[in-house]
Parts: sequence; structure tokens; C-alpha cells
Amino acid sequence: MKNPVSELFGKSPIKPLQEHMLLAANCAARLDVFLTATLNGDWQEAEETYNAIRELEHQADHLKRELRLNMPNSLFMPVPRTDLLDLISLQDKVANIARDIAGIMLGRRMVVPTAIEADFVDLLTSSVRVSEQALVAINELDELLESGFKGREIDIVFEMIRTLDDLEKDADRSEREIRHKLLAIEKDIPPIDAMFLYKVIDNIGELANTSQRVGSRLLLLLAR
Amino acid sequence: MELLTQYGTLFLVLACVFGFFMAWGVGANDVSNAMGTSVGSKAITIKQAILIAMVFEFLGAYLAGGEVTSTIRDGIIDPTALEDNPQYLMYGMLSALLAAGIWLLVASMNGWPVSTTHSIVGAIVGFGAVGIGMDAVDWSKIGQIAISWVVSPLIAGVIAYILFSSVQNLILTRDDPFARAKRYIPFYMFLVGFLITNVTLVKGLKHVFADSGIKFSGVEIAFYAFIAGLMVAAFGSFLLSRIKQDESADKNNRFHSVEKVFAVLMVFTACSMAFAHGSNDVANAIGPVAAVVGVIKSGTVTAKSIVPSWILLLGALGIVAGLATYGYKVMATIGKKITELTPSRGFAAELGAASTVVLASAAGIPVSTTHTLVGAVLGVGLARGIGALNLRVIGGIFMSWLITLPAGAIMAIVFFLIFKAVFG
Repeated sequence: MKNPVSELFGKSPIKPLQEHMLLAANCAARLDVFLTATLNGDWQEAEETYNAIRELEHQADHLKRELRLNMPNSLFMPVPRTDLLDLISLQDKVANIARDIAGIMLGRRMVVPTAIEADFVDLLTSSVRVSEQALVAINELDELLESGFKGREIDIVFEMIRTLDDLEKDADRSEREIRHKLLAIEKDIPPIDAMFLYKVIDNIGELANTSQRVGSRLLLLLAR
Repeated sequence: MELLTQYGTLFLVLACVFGFFMAWGVGANDVSNAMGTSVGSKAITIKQAILIAMVFEFLGAYLAGGEVTSTIRDGIIDPTALEDNPQYLMYGMLSALLAAGIWLLVASMNGWPVSTTHSIVGAIVGFGAVGIGMDAVDWSKIGQIAISWVVSPLIAGVIAYILFSSVQNLILTRDDPFARAKRYIPFYMFLVGFLITNVTLVKGLKHVFADSGIKFSGVEIAFYAFIAGLMVAAFGSFLLSRIKQDESADKNNRFHSVEKVFAVLMVFTACSMAFAHGSNDVANAIGPVAAVVGVIKSGTVTAKSIVPSWILLLGALGIVAGLATYGYKVMATIGKKITELTPSRGFAAELGAASTVVLASAAGIPVSTTHTLVGAVLGVGLARGIGALNLRVIGGIFMSWLITLPAGAIMAIVFFLIFKAVFG
């Protein structure tokens, strides 16, 4: 039986949006395990982790589609529809990049040169940390909604996004350092391997960058 | 009147049966709308909701339902046009009850958002205008009622908007929302107590305690309502003092403990909602019965008398029966669907709707509780409290107005003509 009062409520996009970010951040977080496995030369474990990441990415894709389909024009929401759609796209990108990083490294059985191993781990860890912080910020969306996007809640989110920016700067610095070191040793490694190393480093940097842009989008929702 | 002496008892029984049927429908469907918000926000369980509804629907109907009942009974049809043929009023009212009852049943089965108020008013206007004559209908009163159907959701929306904004500004956007919630919520409880007592004293005393000769002046009523409000607030504060902050759950959602405080408030607003609903919607079933009883007793249509208490009792019992036999099912489905209404939002919507409906009841205007509540929920949504609102529902409601009025009217006309052919 239909009922005007319960019919009045459209599916709120906030909860699924947060779930989507959780999936994306989980994709990125698994890269830690993945990297440890590749550094140990345990390609069995690496492949399992890659499959897990791919599965998570699939779920994220599915959720993204659901979200887009459930946002008709007749839905009245406290935040602009376009901003939410942008936010989903960015979050989805985080999951995609994480999958690509693992995909390239697994596909090429990439061995990180010992000279830059520590820096590589450092770069990946700091990049994953950015995506984690993005998740923390996105998780504030329901509280923001409850308080009508004003008051103390805003300050809390501002603070979170400031931390996010700082973390992204850290990742940026790591990326610069590792590029520097790689440049010094690139002549000693096979050229194609060097090319793909640069590519993966690029991607890891992009992971941090995209996670940070999720935060900037959130900031846009607050700017009114 | 020969007819009345011959068939008086039959008509009386028919009126009671039809009236009870209609009241049953109101209880089965309408009450669930009114209480669904409380259940959906998890502030109370379905069992508690039914218990609250039974008690406060009854009180609302009995203490404050007289005014709207009078409007339905003799406010829409001009009795002077029927002086020569009082039996026509009787046929008409029975037809209206039957038409509205059947229409509601059909509509509920098909899931159309119709209002009991609209069906009964449509049915009465229908038999009046066609069965008796255009002059028999008090068109200025109809205009007033029709305007109120548009205005009441708007007013409820504005009140709900203001209430929720005040909650945001006083509690949700501050540093320690939990402590602030505990401090300010008794004030909202006071409002609930004050409002209900006020309406009860102003309107209820007129017919319930009329015989005992109790009379209060406006100042006295305000004073007693103030005391009652304080008592409600004190009782509420006592309940609030037992709510403890849950630190671990607050880590996930900063407002977890705050919402628990609002859940207590929501119990109070649920009471007010049930009271408001009883005061307005019982009249839909009872007004026509009162008209029939009036004709049978006096043999005329013009004799103005207080609506007998036992008829209000009949309606209240019908509602409770509907709630107990069928309403709980509807409430269970609605309750699961409404997850967007956290207690802080739900209370604003309910209090906004309840105060609008209670004020309309006091003025004797039959409004639709459901549509008023929809307006109030929209108000909360506009105060940026709800994730997403489906604006198509508004279109559906407008459609239901356009369909319900003629549907009730046509059926009532047909039944009226049948009655006329059978009894003359």
C-alpha cells in the first residue's frame, strides 16, 4: 500500500555516497598489503590482494551506477545534484587508480629497485593515508546534513580538510624525492622497466591528488 | 413525521453502523500516517504507538472534536433549505457516509493518497448541490474549507521549518549538543502541554463539561494551560535525566546521544499528533451521524444542539477498533520506510502538523491531517534536515484532490437518489 507520508522520502544519496567512499578507500588501503607481498616476491599473495582490490572496485562501480540512477530531477536535496555527482566521480577515480597501480605492478611482476625501495614504501603509505583522511571527511556528511551545514560542524570538517591538504603535501614531497633518486639510477635499469616505474609513481601521486580533490569538492558543498 | 416514527430506529442503526465503518477506516489508515513518523524515527515501538494513539485519539475526539463535528453536521448544508423535508438531510448524510467509506476503501486498496476529510466533504457537497439544490450548500463555508486545505500544509510547513531551525541554532550547531539538548528540550515539551491543554479547555469544556456548569475566562485557561505545560516539562525533564551520553556510539555519529534525547521528546509530540488527529478526523465519521440523530430526535433540521457525547464516543471507539484490527499493519510498513526522519526532525514535523491541525479543529475547520503532515515534513526538509524529498508526491496529492471530490460527490448522489426512491 502506498502512503503519501512515506512516499515523500526519496532515497537519500548521503549514506550510499559514504559507503562508496569506504569502498574506494579500502581499495587504496589494500595497496599496502599488495606492495609488501611484491617486495617479498610473493606473487601468489600479490595476485590474491589484486583480486580483492578488483572486487572492491567492482562493488564501487555498481554502487556508483545505483547512485546515479536514483538521483532523478524531481528529487529535492539539501545539496546540489551536480556537486554530488562530481563527488561520486572523484571517489570512483580513487578506486580505479588503486586498481590500476596494482594491475600494472602485478602484470609486469614489477621489482622495485632496492635503492628506492624505502622511498617507494614511503610514497605509497603517505598516499594511502590521504585517501583514508578523505574517507574521514566524507563520513562527516551525515552530521553536516543534520546540522544544516553550519555551526561547529563546519569547523570540524574544515579542520579535517586542512589535515587532508597537509597529508597530500607530504605525499607530494615523497613523490619529488623518489623521482630524484630514480633519475640517478635510471640508466642502470632496463628502459622499459624504468618507464613503467615512472608510470606507477605517477599513479600513486595521482591517488593522493584525487583523494585530496574529494576533500575540495566537499569544501564546495560547505561554501554557501 | 410518519416516516420517522416508522423507520426511526432503522435509520439510527444505519447511521451508527455507517459511522462506525467510516471511523474504522480513519483508524485503519489515517492514524497510521499520523503516527508513522514516530515509529519510523525509532522513537517508539509500534506497540507503544498504538497505545498512545488509542488513548490520545480518544481524548482528542472526545475533548476537542465537537467543533469540527458541528461543521460537518450543519455547517456545509444550509438546514433552512430543508425545513420541509428533514428526511432528505438524513438520506444525504447516510449516503455521504457510505460514499466516503467506500471511496476510502477503494483508494486505500489502490494506494492513492486520498484524505478522509476530502471524501466526506465532497460527498456532502455532492448530495447537497445535486440532490437538494445549489442553494442548499453554504458555498462561502466550502470556499473557506477549500482554502484551508491549501493553507494548512503551508502553515504546518512554516511552523516545522521554524522549529527545526531553532533546534539547529540552539542545539545541533553548538559545541556540546548533548548538554544543550537536555537544557532546551523541556521547553518544546512545555509547548506540547500548553497547546493541548489550551485547546482542550477552550473547546472541550463546551460540550463535555457543559452540564456541570464549569466556565473559565481566557486568562484562567491560559493560566491552567501554563501550569499543565510546566508539569509536562517537569515530567519530561525527569525522563531526560535518565538518558546518558554514549561516548562510543558518538564516535560514529556525533549526534547519536543527542538523538536519544530527542526520542524522548518525540513521545510527547506523538501524543499531541494523536490528539490533534482525533480532534479533527473523528468528525468526518461522526458529523453525519450527529446530523441523522438530530433529525430523528427533533423531527426538524434547524434545531441546533450540542453534539451528544455518546456519538463522539462512538467515533473514538471506531478509530481505536480500526487501529487495533488493521492500523498496526499499515504502521509497520510505514515505520520501516521512513528512516530519513531522525527524532530531531520528526518531532519538528509532528509538532508543526499537530499544532496546525489542533488550531483548525478549534476553529471548526476540517483539514486533512495527512496532507498537513506532508507540508510539515517538507518544511523540515527545507530547513536542510532531510537527505532527499520526492517532490512528485506533491503532484499526487493535488491529483487526489481533483479526483476525490467528484468521486465522493457522485457516489453520494447515487446513494441519495436510491434512498429517496425507497423511502420517499
